[in-house]
Amino acid sequence: MQWETVIGLEIHAQLATESKIFSASATTFGAEPNTQASLIDLGMPGTLPVLNAAAVEMAVKFGLAIDAELGRTNIFARKNYFYPDLPKGYQTSQMDDPIVGKGHLDITLEDGSVKRIGITRAHLEEDAGKSLHEDFHGMSGIDLNRAGTPLLEIVSEPDIRSAKEAVAYVKSIHALVRYLGICDGNMAEGSLRCDCNVSVRPKGQEAFGTRAEIKNVNSFRFIEKAINHEIQRQIELIEDGGKVVQETRLYDPNKDETRSMRGKEEANDYRYFPCPDLLPVVMEDSFIEGLRSQLPELPVQKCERFQSQYGLSTYDASVLSASREMADYYEAVVNVCDDAKLAANWVMVELGSLLNKEDLEIDQSPVSAEQLGGMIVRIKDNTISGKIAKMVFEAMAAGEGNADQIIEAKGLKQVTDSGAIEAMLDEVLAANAAQVEQYRASDEAKRGKMFGFFVGQAMKASKGKANPQQVNELLKKKLEG
Amino acid sequence: MPVHTLTLGQISTALANKEFSAEELTRDLLARIEQENPRTNAFITVTAEQALEQARAADARRAAGETGALLGAPIAHKDLFCTQGVRTSCGSKMLDNFIAPYNATVVEKLANAGCVSLGKTNMDEFAMGSSNASSYYGAAKNPWNLDCIPGGSSGGSAAAIAARMVPAATGTDTGGSIRQPAALCGLTGLKPTYGRVSRWGMVAYASSLDQGGPMARDAYDCALLLGAMAGFDSKDSTSVDQPVDDYLAALEQPLKGLKIGLPKEYFGAGLDSRIGAATQATVAELEKLGATVKEISLPNLQHAIAAYYVIAPAEASSNLSRFDGVRFGHRCDDPADLTDLYKRSRAEGFGAEVKRRIMVGTYALSAGYYDAYYIKAQQIRRLIKNDFLAAFQEVDVVMGPTTPNPAWALCAKGNDPVAEYLEDIYTITANLAGLPGLSMPAGFADGLPVGVQLLAPYFQEGRLLNIAHQYQQVTDWHRQAPTGF
Amino acid sequence: MALERTDVEKIAHLARLGLAEDELTATTATLNNILGLIDAMQAVDTTGIEPLAHPLEATQRLRADVVTETNQRDAYQTIAPAVEQGLFLVPKVIE
Repeated sequence: MQWETVIGLEIHAQLATESKIFSASATTFGAEPNTQASLIDLGMPGTLPVLNAAAVEMAVKFGLAIDAELGRTNIFARKNYFYPDLPKGYQTSQMDDPIVGKGHLDITLEDGSVKRIGITRAHLEEDAGKSLHEDFHGMSGIDLNRAGTPLLEIVSEPDIRSAKEAVAYVKSIHALVRYLGICDGNMAEGSLRCDCNVSVRPKGQEAFGTRAEIKNVNSFRFIEKAINHEIQRQIELIEDGGKVVQETRLYDPNKDETRSMRGKEEANDYRYFPCPDLLPVVMEDSFIEGLRSQLPELPVQKCERFQSQYGLSTYDASVLSASREMADYYEAVVNVCDDAKLAANWVMVELGSLLNKEDLEIDQSPVSAEQLGGMIVRIKDNTISGKIAKMVFEAMAAGEGNADQIIEAKGLKQVTDSGAIEAMLDEVLAANAAQVEQYRASDEAKRGKMFGFFVGQAMKASKGKANPQQVNELLKKKLEG
Repeated sequence: MPVHTLTLGQISTALANKEFSAEELTRDLLARIEQENPRTNAFITVTAEQALEQARAADARRAAGETGALLGAPIAHKDLFCTQGVRTSCGSKMLDNFIAPYNATVVEKLANAGCVSLGKTNMDEFAMGSSNASSYYGAAKNPWNLDCIPGGSSGGSAAAIAARMVPAATGTDTGGSIRQPAALCGLTGLKPTYGRVSRWGMVAYASSLDQGGPMARDAYDCALLLGAMAGFDSKDSTSVDQPVDDYLAALEQPLKGLKIGLPKEYFGAGLDSRIGAATQATVAELEKLGATVKEISLPNLQHAIAAYYVIAPAEASSNLSRFDGVRFGHRCDDPADLTDLYKRSRAEGFGAEVKRRIMVGTYALSAGYYDAYYIKAQQIRRLIKNDFLAAFQEVDVVMGPTTPNPAWALCAKGNDPVAEYLEDIYTITANLAGLPGLSMPAGFADGLPVGVQLLAPYFQEGRLLNIAHQYQQVTDWHRQAPTGF
Repeated sequence: MALERTDVEKIAHLARLGLAEDELTATTATLNNILGLIDAMQAVDTTGIEPLAHPLEATQRLRADVVTETNQRDAYQTIAPAVEQGLFLVPKVIE
């Protein structure tokens, strides 16, 4: 049977506020345990929450960026359950009236096509603390530094049809929140976490299959693997005559499998009700419009501009606008070299593979945008050839300086003096007299093939520095001669 | 005159006139507490050392030229206001070992005004009760009859004032917890408009209903204290950013032209006839002072208890989840696992009434019952508020008995929570609607004090204090002291 | 809507209140008494009435995003039942 996958994602993005959502504690990652847990974060009796303006503003910016309906009156609710990392015994969240309503995000797939993913809602809530399971005489340790960190939970429609699409969507959300400056996107530190709701159904069937939720997947790679694993598990289960159970599962990257959390998680009844310590958040038009005017150029807009302003293909434009850092880097290169296409090639191909190999992010690039732009200038003014440029690039990556310094130090300047090239060619032809004879005796078709041999020898003799165009022209003249 | 017989106002004048120092006064009252607390059980904790320190500081401030009316004024705090370095028990075993690491805003404000806190007063556990019987520390006794309850939940504050151990105290009122014990102990007590007094540091029972306020012998003292307690607090989202009225100045207004509404529903079945008569006598007295009286209707009064006993437990069930034996409070011995830690710590730490309300609230919020209970109760809450808004179109204040009955014997309602809930009928509407309410002494029934309640539109605490003060100029119920105290 | 013993057990579990077997019957009876009082409100017609969650119907104030809290761990943990290396200890949390 042909199966179709249906995926909906819940992304928790930690908002990049200085202080927590309901208290004035710092949100800095990695502090000593419980040193950033105030009276409020500890759920001390008698303490009360006051809402952080920045968290509201960030959520609104996100809503504007996905063209969403904004909840002009939004309500905080308590989600009640007991867990040691949840100090008050409830999580302050939003249920019926979230701050961000229905919106959408366009994602670019690998084949360059664009797909629109619906976003059901996004709501504000507080993060929980952390349980540490190092053995304290059979006890767990609770660190509440993270408790109260603002989260934006972004819930997608079940519009996603494959693990690759899911990754593309998460990458787009990741790029968007970073463009907006509302989340640092650091998945390793848990700043962006993803719950994946996965189900399968026979192709053509309209009704959804039963879904399983894979909790807390924290890298793009794991999202793809976890979903693919889960799809496979569900299909095999159904084809063997079994039934998918609605449950929460955990992805284990070490074993590359998902496993049920059933039995460990009880049937919960969260008893949501409006938080009586917080009042309805009412947002006026002027507040929202003020935030709209602060929005930066967003990925979709940037992608369109890259196509129209720089003449890039849709795919190139989408890759180069995928992150704010990437786009900024690219435009800095263009600014220096004034050649959008060469810049795009170098950033995507050579720099891309270098970063990939070294497992670095663009903002950690060992070659700065100024250096790369400067090198492209030297290609354009014929100081170096494209081939030599790769050597220069490698040297820049190794920290040997900028292009001009490397060209100078290694003597890589292209030879364009035709007298010098002719002298060198004469030597090459003399050293290969037999081949010259052969060439001259051959017909047009065969000559074409043999010509490459002489070019190769000539470039080798010049250590690659001779201007290839001049070599071609002069060599032809001499051989025909 | 012995200092313990003085009101806060009289003490304020005496301190200003240097008739005695704050330290001398504090020593005298601490001695009085030592003598009278054993038979009233009004205080859970007496903070003698801190009190003397505060008194000396007040004397120093006065010597330096300060003149605040509350400089050196002795008070006590209900034991659910957090007091830094001092146990804040909420009348519960759960918090028997809880030394609050911070001060409630009310505590801070009164301390800044120069008040000397003598200690923390007894209360129904987590403010859940109308009798003080649910206190882990044993019930406070009513000084008018030591076999009777002082009312609750601020019963310790009421007993302490009635027994002349302290002239005034803080209380909190979620469904009548200031007004009812004030009525039962012959005192004046005011529940301010919701949001008038900061809830920061006031351990929550039901967040949308709780409000702190003053309890004292007369309206003047309540005005004095409220002026220092009230005010905007940026730490409480529900605190209202509005200037605090000059309550003392408001006291002197004549009552001529005052329109009083008497809700007919307040005088129906269930009301002790002696209290009904005392209320009517009070009406007559106010008419003599120039007020006019009109019968009005609050048709949804009858549903108030039902709505209250959904909303308050629902909020409480969530508010009390933080008592889990992890970061503070009681923790059971040798928990086998996490669930055992929670269940045993909470079962051991909470008393029967608290558990009951947590369970009722948990049920009312649970899947399938939320609409039928919680939403329904919130709808009725609006109907009740609307009743008052309509009434205040016609009259300036609403008046009636504070309680249907005088203080009852300690064990009278022991096993029947519902019987005790019914005693809240007249007071809970003010909490549901968020309105200010005041109870003042209006007579006696067989030697037990009887109170009359006044309710006013939002933020008209000044009007309530004014009426009570004018009434107290022509009556002396508030000057009566229980025999033996 | 009378509660059965099993309902009470479920509620007690949700609220994490240990309830001994011999308390169940009495607790069930008391809770049913209270619910009897509460259930009277089912007779009230509330069609079209907006629920009232806060008496004053005010709106939420927002706090400037500024860190003012400092590390008070030692002071706050002096009242904690079990602490080690700055962490609150609980029986093993099973994931």
